[in-house]
Amino acid sequence: MPHLIRRIWHLFTAHLDGLLLGAVLLLMATGLIVLFSASNASLPRVGSQLMNMLVALAVMWLLANIPPHYLMRLSLPAYLIGLTLLILVAIPHIGVEAKGARRWLSLGITRIQPSEFMKIAVPLMLAWYFHRYEATLKIGSYLAAAVLLVIPVALIARQPDLGTAVLIFASGCYVLFLAGLSWRIIGGIAVAAMASLPFVWSVLHDYQRQRILTLLDPMQDPLGAGYHIIQSTIALGSGGLTGKGWLHGTQTHLDFIPERTTDFIFAVYSEEFGLIGNLLLVLLFLLIIARGMVITANAQTLFARLLAGAITLTFFTYAFVNMGMVSGILPVVGVPLPLVSYGGTSLVTICLGFGILMSIQTHRKLVQT
Amino acid sequence: MSEFSINSGIEFRNAELEIRHFRARLAIMAGLVLLLFALLFLRFFYLQSVMHAHYNTLAEANRISIVPIAPNRGVIVDRKGVVLAHNYSAYTLEITPSRVTNLEAVIDELGELVDITPKDRRRFKKLLEESRRFDSLPIRTRLSDDEIARFAANRYRFPGVDVKARLFRQYPQGDLFSHVVGHIGRINQRELDQLEANELLANYRGTDYIGKTGLELSYERSLHGTTGVEQVEVDSGGRAVRTLARTAPVSGNNLVLNLDAGLQEVVYRAFGDRRGALVAIEPETGGVLAFVSKPGFDPNLFVDGIDPQNWAELNNSPDRPMVNRALAGTYSPGSTFKPFMALAALTYGKRTPQQAISDPGYFMFGNHQFRDDKVGGHGMVDMHKSIVVSCDTYYYVLANDLGIDAISRFMGQLGFGIRSGIDVPGEAEGVLPSQEWKKKRFRKPEQQRWYAGETISIGIGQGYNSYTPLQIAAATATIASDGVMFRPHIVNYVEDVRTRERTFIEPKPVRKLDVKPEHLAVIKQALIGVNKEGTGRRAFAGAPYVSAGKTGTAQVIGIKPGEKYVESRVQERFRDHALFIAYAPADRPTIALAVIVENSGFGARAAAPIAREVFDYYLLGKEVKPVKDDDDATPD
Repeated sequence: MPHLIRRIWHLFTAHLDGLLLGAVLLLMATGLIVLFSASNASLPRVGSQLMNMLVALAVMWLLANIPPHYLMRLSLPAYLIGLTLLILVAIPHIGVEAKGARRWLSLGITRIQPSEFMKIAVPLMLAWYFHRYEATLKIGSYLAAAVLLVIPVALIARQPDLGTAVLIFASGCYVLFLAGLSWRIIGGIAVAAMASLPFVWSVLHDYQRQRILTLLDPMQDPLGAGYHIIQSTIALGSGGLTGKGWLHGTQTHLDFIPERTTDFIFAVYSEEFGLIGNLLLVLLFLLIIARGMVITANAQTLFARLLAGAITLTFFTYAFVNMGMVSGILPVVGVPLPLVSYGGTSLVTICLGFGILMSIQTHRKLVQT
Repeated sequence: MSEFSINSGIEFRNAELEIRHFRARLAIMAGLVLLLFALLFLRFFYLQSVMHAHYNTLAEANRISIVPIAPNRGVIVDRKGVVLAHNYSAYTLEITPSRVTNLEAVIDELGELVDITPKDRRRFKKLLEESRRFDSLPIRTRLSDDEIARFAANRYRFPGVDVKARLFRQYPQGDLFSHVVGHIGRINQRELDQLEANELLANYRGTDYIGKTGLELSYERSLHGTTGVEQVEVDSGGRAVRTLARTAPVSGNNLVLNLDAGLQEVVYRAFGDRRGALVAIEPETGGVLAFVSKPGFDPNLFVDGIDPQNWAELNNSPDRPMVNRALAGTYSPGSTFKPFMALAALTYGKRTPQQAISDPGYFMFGNHQFRDDKVGGHGMVDMHKSIVVSCDTYYYVLANDLGIDAISRFMGQLGFGIRSGIDVPGEAEGVLPSQEWKKKRFRKPEQQRWYAGETISIGIGQGYNSYTPLQIAAATATIASDGVMFRPHIVNYVEDVRTRERTFIEPKPVRKLDVKPEHLAVIKQALIGVNKEGTGRRAFAGAPYVSAGKTGTAQVIGIKPGEKYVESRVQERFRDHALFIAYAPADRPTIALAVIVENSGFGARAAAPIAREVFDYYLLGKEVKPVKDDDDATPD
C-alpha cells in the first residue's frame, strides 16, 4: 500500500519544479497576509483569493503535465482564436463595454476578456514561428513576427487597455530579442522610437496623457490620478526601514490608499514591512526570475527556449511595472503585482505560464535524443 | 555514411553556437533585470530611508489631508422665478460602517440619544447595501439642536459616528413637478463606474448625490458645479486643525425653465384623482409651459434613499405613479389624428376642401364593416364638417385612398413616432405604423405583411398608432405655428451663478413643414369650428377668446364587430382614454396642448374641460370652473 501511494505521489509531482513551486507558494502566502490587512481584516476576501489561488495552482499543475510539443501544436490555433476574439471585441454591440472600455465578450452566463488569453497566446505563437522557420531566418522573418505581435497589441491598446497592451508588447519583444534580432535593427528601432515620441503623445487618450503629466507633478491633479501617487509614496516613505508592522499601516487603515487590495497592494505591504520587507520581496521575485532563466537556458528546443524566456521576462515586467508605478517612477497603468494582488484572472494567467515553465523543465530528459 | 556524419557534425556545432548566442542574449536580459530591480530598490531606499522623516511627518501629522469641497448644486426655478428645487443646510448623524464593528449595537445605543425610527433603520440598511463600506452614511437627517448637543457630549463613545453639516436637496413643490424636474439620489456603483469612464470621478469626490431622473439627470453636468479642494492638517483623531491651502468650489449653474408653476398647478388640480397627462407648448418657441403626468409622487422621498415601504407602495400601485405618462406613455391618438390626416390629404392632393362624401354610418372594406360612432351616419360630409363633427367614415375612406406609405411619410414629418429630443430623459418612441415598421416588429412572414384593411383604422387614429402625449402636443403646436416645428424644451436658459451669464436653450426650428398656407387655413378653420359648434363646444362655451381644438377617444380594448361599446358595462381600467388637442388664441396662438385622461370615456367630456381651465388661466389669468354637464355629451 505505501508503495502504491508513493507511486501516485510520484506521478502527481513528477512534472513540478520544486524550487519554482516553493517560491510561488511563498509569494502567494505573502499576498494573502497583505490582503488580510489591506481588506480591513476581511476573511471572505482572503477566502475568495485563496480559492483563486487553488484554481490557479490546479491550472499550473495541468500545464506542467502537458509536454511542450503538444503546446507547440496548439500555438497557431490559439493565436488565431485569440485574434478572432479580439476582433469581435472591437466591433461595437458585440464587445461588452464597461468603464468606458470595450474589453469583454459576453458568453451569456459569464464574460471573457480575450486580451488576457493573448498574454500567453502571443509569446506561444512567436516562439512557434521562430522554431518553425529556424533554418531560414532572414530579416523579413523578424518583420513578419513583428506584424504578428503588433496586430493584437494595437487591438488591445484601442480598447483601451494600455497596461495589458504594454505587457503583451513586452513579451513579444523579448521573443524577438532572444530569437536573435540583430543589434543594428534594435539600434535603428530605438532611434525611431525616440523620434516618434511626439506622434505617440498625440495619439494617446487624454486620460493617458494626464497620467504621464501627473507622474511628473502629482500635485497637478490632487483629486484624480495624482492622489494615488501622493498617497502611495507617503505610504512607502513613512514605512521606513522596518515598516509600521502588520495591520498597523496608518495610510492603509485610514483609507488613504486607493485600490489597495488590487493594483496598489504593494503600498500596503511596503508601509507595513518597510525597506527590509521590500528587499525580501524583491529577492523573492528575483529568485523566481532566476529559476525561470535557468530553465530557459537549459531548454532544449528553440521553441521551449523562447517561450520560457518570454514567460520569465514578462513576469519580471509585471513586477517591475507595478512596483515602479506604486513608488512613483512609472505612470499609473492597470498592472497588478503578480501573485500578490487580489483578483483571479491575472493569477491564473501567471500560473499558467509557470506551468509551462515546469513542463519545459521536467519533460527535458524525455525528449533527449 | 561518411557524408552523413560530417553533416550532422556541422549541425551539431551550429546548434552549439546557437545556444551560446541565445545564452548570451539571456545573460544580457538578466543584467537588465538586475539593473532595473536595483533602480527600483534605489527608489525604495530614497523614499524609505533618505526621505523617511519627511514622509513620516506627512503620514503622522496626517494627515495633510486633501479634502474635497462639494459645490452647491444649481437651483431650478420656473419662468417666473418660483423655486422648484433648492438646497438647504442641515445636520445629519452619519456612520462610517468600515470603522464600526457592531453596527446594530451602535445604532441601538445611538437610539438612546437621538430619535431613530424603524423607518430610518430600514433606509440605512438599504443605503448600506448600495454603498461602499468606507462611505459615511446618514442614519438620521435634520437633527435638532438638542439632539446635536446630546450626541456631542457622548461623542467619545462612538468612533466612526459623526455629526456633519450637509446641504440637502429639497423640492418645495412636492409631487407637482416629480416627472419633469425629477430628483437626485445617492451615487451608486453603476453611476460611479460611468463617472470614472467619463473622467469625471475627481470632480465628484465629496459629492454624494447625482441626478437620477428628469432635468436633475439631463442637466447634471450644468447643475453639479466644480469641486473645490482644501488641504487641511488634521490631528490624530481626524479633526481639522488648520487649512493650508484652498481652492474654492464653483457652484453649479441655475436652470430657468419655460414651465409655469401656476399653470402646472391648475392642470394638476383639474385632473383631480384621474390618471393621465398634459403637455402644453408655446408654439412660437417650442418652450414647454406645462408638463404633467398624473399621478405623481413626492420626489423628496428619494433624495436620501427611499425607505422600502414607500418604495413598495409607489412601485406596486396600480396607478403606476412612477411612470412618466407624458413622456414614456404611448396612446392611440384617436380622433385627434383626423386634422393631421386631413392636412395630409390636402398636401398630397387626395382631397379638396369642398369634396364631400355621403356617410351611411359605415364603410365597407371587402366584407368587413367599419362603423361610425353615429348610427345612420352624418349625411353629406366635406372636410370642414368631417373635423367639426368628427366623422369616422370620411377618414376610413381617406385612409384607404392615401395608403399607409403616404400616411406614415406625412405623420413622420410631424414628429409622430419619432423621439422629439426634449431635454428630459426617458422619452418613448411610440409607433408610427408603416410597412417597414411591421416588418421589423413581427417575426412570422404572414404577420410582417401589411394588409390594406389595417390602413382603414389608422385613419381615425386607432390600430397600431401609438404616440406619447408629448408627440401629440408637439404636432398640435406645429399646426398652431403654421407648420414651423420646434424641438420641445423644458429649460429656457442655464444661468451661470457667478457671471450671471445666460445660455439659452435656443428655440431653433427643427424644420418647416412642406404644406401650403391655404391648406393649413382650412384645417385651422375646422379646428375653430370644433370648439365653436362641434364636439368641443360645451367645454368652451362662453370663452372670451377664440380657441381651436379636436376631441378624441382612444380604445383600450378592441370591440368586436356588431358589439356596441357601453361605458358602464366596461371595467374602469378598460374604459376608453379621453383625448383633446387645442391651441389658443386661434389667430395668434400662444399656447398649444395635448391632454389625455385615462379611462374616462369621451374626450369632449373628460379632456376638453381641462384644456379650457388651462387656457382660462394662461390667457385670462383666472381659474374658472367650467360648466359640467355629463348627460348629453356628443361623442366624437
